[in-house]
Amino acid sequence: MSVFVTKDGKKEAVPENGSTKKNRWAAGVTPYAEMGYYNADYVPKPTDILCAFRLVPQEGVEPIEASAAVAGESSTATWTVVWTDRLTAHEVYQAKCYKVEPVPGTNQFIAYIAYDLDLFEEGSIANLTSSIIGNVFGFKALKSLRLEDMRIPPHYAKTFQGPANGIVTEREMLNKYGRPLLGATVKPKLGLSSRNYSRVVYEALRGGLDFTKDDENINSQPFMRWRDRFLFCMEAVARAMASTGEVKGHYMNVTAATMEDMYERAEFAKDIGSVIVMIDLTVGYTAIQSMAKWARKNSMILHLHRAGHGTYTRQKTHGVNFRVISKWMRLAGVDHIHAGTVVGKLEGDPNAIRGYYNTLREGNLQPNLEEGLYFEQDWASLPGTMPVASGGIHAGQMHQLLHYLGEDVVLQFGGGTIGHPDGIAEGAAANRIAVEVMIQARNEGRDYMMEGPDILARAARWSPSLSKALEVWKDITFNFESTDIPDAVMTPTGNF
Amino acid sequence: MRITAGTFSYLPDLTDDEIKAQIQYCINNKWAVSIEYTDDPHPRNILWEMFGMPMFDAIDPAAAMLEVAECRRVFPNHYIRVNGYDRRRGHATTMLSFIINRPTYEPGFRLERQEVADRQIRYTIHSYATEKPSGERYQ
Repeated sequence: MSVFVTKDGKKEAVPENGSTKKNRWAAGVTPYAEMGYYNADYVPKPTDILCAFRLVPQEGVEPIEASAAVAGESSTATWTVVWTDRLTAHEVYQAKCYKVEPVPGTNQFIAYIAYDLDLFEEGSIANLTSSIIGNVFGFKALKSLRLEDMRIPPHYAKTFQGPANGIVTEREMLNKYGRPLLGATVKPKLGLSSRNYSRVVYEALRGGLDFTKDDENINSQPFMRWRDRFLFCMEAVARAMASTGEVKGHYMNVTAATMEDMYERAEFAKDIGSVIVMIDLTVGYTAIQSMAKWARKNSMILHLHRAGHGTYTRQKTHGVNFRVISKWMRLAGVDHIHAGTVVGKLEGDPNAIRGYYNTLREGNLQPNLEEGLYFEQDWASLPGTMPVASGGIHAGQMHQLLHYLGEDVVLQFGGGTIGHPDGIAEGAAANRIAVEVMIQARNEGRDYMMEGPDILARAARWSPSLSKALEVWKDITFNFESTDIPDAVMTPTGNF
Repeated sequence: MRITAGTFSYLPDLTDDEIKAQIQYCINNKWAVSIEYTDDPHPRNILWEMFGMPMFDAIDPAAAMLEVAECRRVFPNHYIRVNGYDRRRGHATTMLSFIINRPTYEPGFRLERQEVADRQIRYTIHSYATEKPSGERYQ
């Protein structure tokens, strides 16, 4: 068996029938690796789009051939040699796998693949994803496949609009600085009439939250039609603004069956004075980009709920990692995206989530395997997207939330506001007091992660609402092991 | 009512030492500290009056505290806020903004509704204080 040396000095076996002497253009089936889809000498260009795939080959398929097949099937290849390739500059259009690394202790490999910029239409997530994840996930020669990360070069990033407003502009529109924003999803998520629904919105906003939110599956059902909901909620938003002197918002979910319906609902939300609308990931990439354009044109904040993402982001050997979805959504142009809580009820390893948050917020990232970041990423002045932490969080975790998630984040306490024993407004006030007292302590240079419970307990002495919140939820944690942990972190980290 | 705009309005009014600690935080981050005041606290009034220029080169929070004291002396019954501004690329925005002085009596806002077609309502927030000319409010 012959071996060769990859770029980073590892020895790999050449595929069994892997003579490079064979005529590339002979009719019939030729291994992908021999057709140019694997090239250990290839040096990625600064303009290339790079992908890291996690794959498990079928028994008897060499990892390099499997990786080359991924490059082939996600770019120019079909299953057999076609002479019509020779009518093209095929060396350019072929994706090139340039490195294959085993994942220690597993049967998995990470394949690094470079794609020429010319393969993609400018500013189109649909086109990008139809290539990169279009066909290849069903490919029989692979047991499993997962897209772990992508590098989007500035040359391609700059063809996208990016977030309609971005973190800086959103804060300036809302006139809110220096602390996480606070929100709540109205509960119960289904069944409330518009009038009852607006009661929750009003109490939560006047109590101290900045935002309330429709849930992902609140669209326009028989118990509450969208136009009624929007009208009643706007009354609640306006009342809360008058009683606090702050800008407030309710994410009006305009998700609908057709683009025409979504535009109609969004226009109405704008006409009645809302600062923000929301859509669900389920509407699809093209609809998201359309709504982002609309939001930029109309100075509206665009919130995205990642409904459905768990079907393809959660399992470590299948699908698309959420950090890739984060990149696509920042390009597509949403201002908010749910990105995990670390401490709440939904999946999320602390290191992986830091990677998502940095991907969404920072301007320039370096590779960081501990956070699951395989590549550098230069966002080239595309604004940041505000991550949203939602699901099973409460005021008693404020020190942990600030430590793990930072300041540019929307913390959404649904149950943790509405479930307060003294009422919704008291629940909202408890959350607001908790966040302000923790920011104050952090800014004063205190070790707020260590002293957090004490800082909250001291504030609870003068705040009965915080005191009750701490008492009710004091023992609530969701400490389960994550399914998706970056390889570089050897010890699984539980949630807190 | 109590206007709750600003980073710390849900806490008891900050003491001078607490204000100084926040200014120190701004200086540590190389943020310019500025002081602004207003008697028009509408939530969409972003242009409060500047009490002097932003302090771009401050190294000692005591200097900023002198300005705070002077602003309070001149405008004892106005809203006064302290801001931290970060000029770095990608930010170029306010990073912290908190109220450190407020009128003894805050009358708040009236919500005005203009009823138009098909159940829509045009909302306007009206500040009671601004019924008087600037300078004569919050006496």
